[in-house]
Parts: sequence; C-alpha cells; structure tokens
Amino acid sequence: MTAAKAEKPIITLDGVTRSFGSVQALRGVSAEIREGEFFSLLGPSGCGKTTLLRMIAGFDEPTTGTITLDGKPMAGIAANHRPTNMVFQSYAIFPHLSVADNVGYGLKKKRLPKAEYDREVEEALKMVSLGGYGPRAAHTLSGGQRQRVALARALIMRPKVILLDEPLSALDKKLREQMQIELRRLQRSVGITFILVTHDQEEALIMSDRIAVMFDGQIAQLDSPEALYRKPNTQRVASFIGVMNFLDAKAVGEKGGKITLDIQALGTLDIPASALPEGMRPSEISRVGVRPEMMSVVMDGAKGSGHEIAAEIAESEYYGDMTYYLVSLPGKDEPVTISMRNTAGRAVLEPGSKTRVSFSPESIVVFR
Amino acid sequence: MKLNSEGRKGLFLISPTFAYALLLLAAPLILVIMFSFWTQDYLDLDTTPTLANYKEAWTDPLYRELMFRSLRISIMVTLVTVISAFPVAYYVSFRVKERKALWLFLITAPFWTSYLLRVFLWKVILGYNGVFNSALLWAGIIDEPLQFILYNVNAVVITLAHAWAPFAILPIFVALEKIDRSLLEAAEDLGDGPVRRFFRVTLPLAIPGVMAATLIVLIPTVGDFITPKLVGGTEGLMISNMIQVQFGKANNAPLGAALAVSSMFIVGGLSLLIFLGSRRVGRVAGE
Repeated sequence: MTAAKAEKPIITLDGVTRSFGSVQALRGVSAEIREGEFFSLLGPSGCGKTTLLRMIAGFDEPTTGTITLDGKPMAGIAANHRPTNMVFQSYAIFPHLSVADNVGYGLKKKRLPKAEYDREVEEALKMVSLGGYGPRAAHTLSGGQRQRVALARALIMRPKVILLDEPLSALDKKLREQMQIELRRLQRSVGITFILVTHDQEEALIMSDRIAVMFDGQIAQLDSPEALYRKPNTQRVASFIGVMNFLDAKAVGEKGGKITLDIQALGTLDIPASALPEGMRPSEISRVGVRPEMMSVVMDGAKGSGHEIAAEIAESEYYGDMTYYLVSLPGKDEPVTISMRNTAGRAVLEPGSKTRVSFSPESIVVFR
Repeated sequence: MKLNSEGRKGLFLISPTFAYALLLLAAPLILVIMFSFWTQDYLDLDTTPTLANYKEAWTDPLYRELMFRSLRISIMVTLVTVISAFPVAYYVSFRVKERKALWLFLITAPFWTSYLLRVFLWKVILGYNGVFNSALLWAGIIDEPLQFILYNVNAVVITLAHAWAPFAILPIFVALEKIDRSLLEAAEDLGDGPVRRFFRVTLPLAIPGVMAATLIVLIPTVGDFITPKLVGGTEGLMISNMIQVQFGKANNAPLGAALAVSSMFIVGGLSLLIFLGSRRVGRVAGE
C-alpha cells in the first residue's frame, strides 16, 4: 500500500448525529476512513457503532451532519444505490436459495451471460474457501460457512467499502480466531476498505489498521491499535482496551525534559516530558496507568530492572502460558494486576508470598 | 405385542381422542361412502353394491355443470380472498409498529356475529333497495337500482370472500412475521429496489402462508350451501345445494352421497395439485 493511497479518504463523516426520540445515539461523529484500510468501530453495546455503520450502508439517515463516500454526499441515497455492501450479524443468508444464488444475488441485476455469471460466483466462493459449494442449499451450511457465504456475497459486488456488523460474534472461539486472520488476509489481498463493528477489543486489535473507540455516541479515540494500547488518551479508553492499573499521581517538578511525579505506592520518579499527551500541562496529571505486562514480579535470584518496590502476592491466576498476579503494594488499597510469562523453570508464587515488583518509568501513561 | 407401562399409559391417554375422531369423523364418512354404493328404493334402501350413482353423478350434465360451477366459484372466491388478504397481512406485519395484536383482534371482529347473520347482512347491502343501491342512487351515479349485484355468482363471491378473509389474512400474516427483516435489508444492500425485493425475497418466503390461505379458503367454499342459497339466486347455486336436495326433498340419499364423495375427491385432487404447484413456484420465484 502506497502512502499516497493510504491518505486518501474513502469515507468522510462530518458532525454526524442521530437521535431516536429523546435518545441521542450519536452525538457528533467526525472521522475520515482511508481507502484500502481495515477500520474498526469498537465500543460497548449501545455506544452507537452499529447505528453509524447502518448509516454508512444507507439503512438510516443522520439527524444532522453529512456522510461523504468516495467524494459524493450520501444524503438521500438509498442502500441499493450505494457502493457499499454489508455482512450482517445474522449473516442474512436467503433460506430459499442455493449457496450459488445467494452469492450471485446482487449480480443478477447485471444480466451477465450465464457462463460469466457462474465463473464469477465460483471465483467469489473460492475466495472464501467454499469452492464447489454452489449447488448446496443454504440451510445446510454451518455457522462458519454461512459467514463465508455472506462475505462472498459482498465481495462479488466489488464495492468501495465492505461493512461488517459483528460478523464473528456467533462463532466459537477457535473458529473466530481463525476467521480473524483469514478476514485480515482477504482484506489485504482484495484491497477493499473494510469497516468492522465489534465490541471485542482483542478482535479489533488483531484485525485493524485503525480503530475508533466509541463511548456514548462519540469517538473517544481514533488511532492505530498500537497507539491505542500504548497511549490511550483517557482512563476509559485505557480500561476498555486491555487491562490497566491506575495509580493516583501528581507532578511535583519539571526540569530538562523530565517531569517528576509523585505516584501512589510507587513513590517519586521521573518520566520523560514526551510521555505527556499534546496539549496537556503537567499540573493536569491526576493519575497514571501501568499495563500488567509492564511490571514484573521479581522472582528469587532474578535481578529486577529499573525501579523496585516491596510487595505481597494477594492472588494468582494460572492461565497456562501466563500467570496473572494480584499484588498488594504498600500505600494502595486495591491490588495491582501483573502478568508474568511462564517461561521454563519459572515458579508460580503462592498468595501471601513476599516479593518485589519492578517497573520502568517509560511504561507509565499519564491521565488527567 | 407386549407393552411396557409407558406405552400402555400412552395408549390410554390417546384413546378418548381416538374414539372421538372415529365417532365424529371416520364413522360419518364411512357411512356416506357406504350409502353411495346403495340404491334408494322409495322408502327402503337396496344395499346391493352398485356404481349406478357414480355413473349418474359423473355423466348427468346438470351435476357436472353444478360441480364445475362450484369449483369455478370457489376458485374465484379463493383468488379474491387471498389477493385482497395479502395487502392487509402485509400492512399489519410490516407497517403496524405497535398494537399488532389489536389489529388482529379487529380483523376477527366479523366472527362475533353468526355466519348466517353475516350472509343476511350482505343481502341488506347488495339488495334491490339495499345500502349499496341507495347510496349510488343518492349520489346520482345511477337512476334505478342495479339488479346484477344480488342473486348471482358475484354476490356469492363477495359474501364468501368477506366471510373467509380472516382465514386468509392470518396464515399470510404469520408467514410474513417469520421473515427475518435482515434478509430484506440484505436484498436492498445487494441492489434491489422495493419491487424487486418483494418478488425475490418477501413473496417466495411468504408462499407457505399464501398456500395455507388458499387451501383453507378453497376447500370449505366448494362445499358451502348457505351463501349460494341465500344470495346466489338460481345461477349461483352450487353442488352442495344439490347434495342437500338429494338427501332431502328428492329422497335419494345414495345419489347425494355419491355426489358428496365425488366432490370430496375432486377437491382433494385440486388441493394436492395446488400444494405441489406452490412448492415449485416458491423455488422458481426466488431465482
């Protein structure tokens, strides 16, 4: 993907709002979705992400604001005239049609010669690894297969944008993980812009080029998965994506590109001034956050790195590859969560063990 | 055959229902079939089996004409009923957002009065000095009352179509309710306008309801005798009126029975054809 192509917006949302009676489902959403990217709308249920997706598809109209798709304003254009295709949460496979007729449904209007039509349908089926399934009845398919048919039905239309409404939520864990990788690979190979709606942060992180995290009808943060995880701009985003330990903190000094923080339980330490989000003054800092994997429980004999403080294990949860410890720090009531990879020979500590916790100041995220 | 206790309990439980069905459905039917092979001999019945009644039923032009007319009228009634029921069912299913149950309740409102009363009401509406004619006269559209609207086939069709409307609306409504609305959105998303979408998704998926409505209306209307008798005049009489006459005034129960059995088989055959045909239509319409 070239940089120039990546920058071109395929969809521009400008101040989009939507009210249902007295309920405001969307409170002014503005964003640009770039051509060819895998874009996710991530948020808890009721945050307005599905409403936004349905507006892009043309099933709903904004109360105010505009949606521009491929340079054309979409107001008043019905779903059947928009260059978008949707993969529905329920898949919406036509039960009275065969697999091939489902996939070719949108193509019928073009009145292609039979041979060409058949070839296109088979090609689309092959793209989703369902080659040869055409003559089957739709109702004989499994959940995963239905999902693929729904995808093939959208792909065959060669739309500018494919919209996916929680497409994997009905699949079991193994299949879901497999489909995440497959969808990502497919999106890269066809180069069509995908917009995914999901409430599963892990899914969004794995699949997306960029993610818009939505709360209460607004975009809270729009960033790459890595930036969202490492530099969440609010505590709410931080706790929605992954796990974050929060500690009260305040800035006590600033000197030579460093900010000195007084942090609950961790004590006084310096962080680089570059850790401060743009437009935020040191005096605004009220809390800091540390991810569980950014701290370590210092095991017997091992040498910690960076800062170290005394601690006690309150609980341990063994996950096989990882152990999650709830660790009590002196000066903090709530224990913090620390994850440790269970490498060869590393012991799992019992609750009650006295230990030390190490962390590096670079991993600290500051919040208002 | 040895039955375990559960099997015995099961038999015991279904036996009243079974006896009831035997007594009220099978027994009269068997009796009618037996009658159809006998001969009326003034006051006595000659029980020597004969096919003479069937020969008469199938060859006499009068009976044939009545049978064809019955079929023609009930097919017309069915078409009128189902075609006018579909928009009503569609409206209630797709457009009514609240109080659907109230709508359905109101659709069944005509059933609060007796069938006979409703037929008489149509007489009042369609009669020479009836509501319909009076209204047209009052509005100055006609100079003298229309006579072709009562005591003929049209009156029979109108009255029966009204009487059977709820029986057609309800199964179609149920079929429409069962359609997953996301299928309609998917069709629209894939480029269909409202009309194409209706013929490619809504109608094929509503076929089971339309078929049920067709059979529910068609089968009983072939055998209706109250409506033709009250509003049909002479040209509106149907086969059941003849069957009634044979069992009554004409004192020829065996011939009446043969006519009844014949009409039952014809209706059964027709229903089977419609059933098989509609399954084909359902499959083809979606493509």
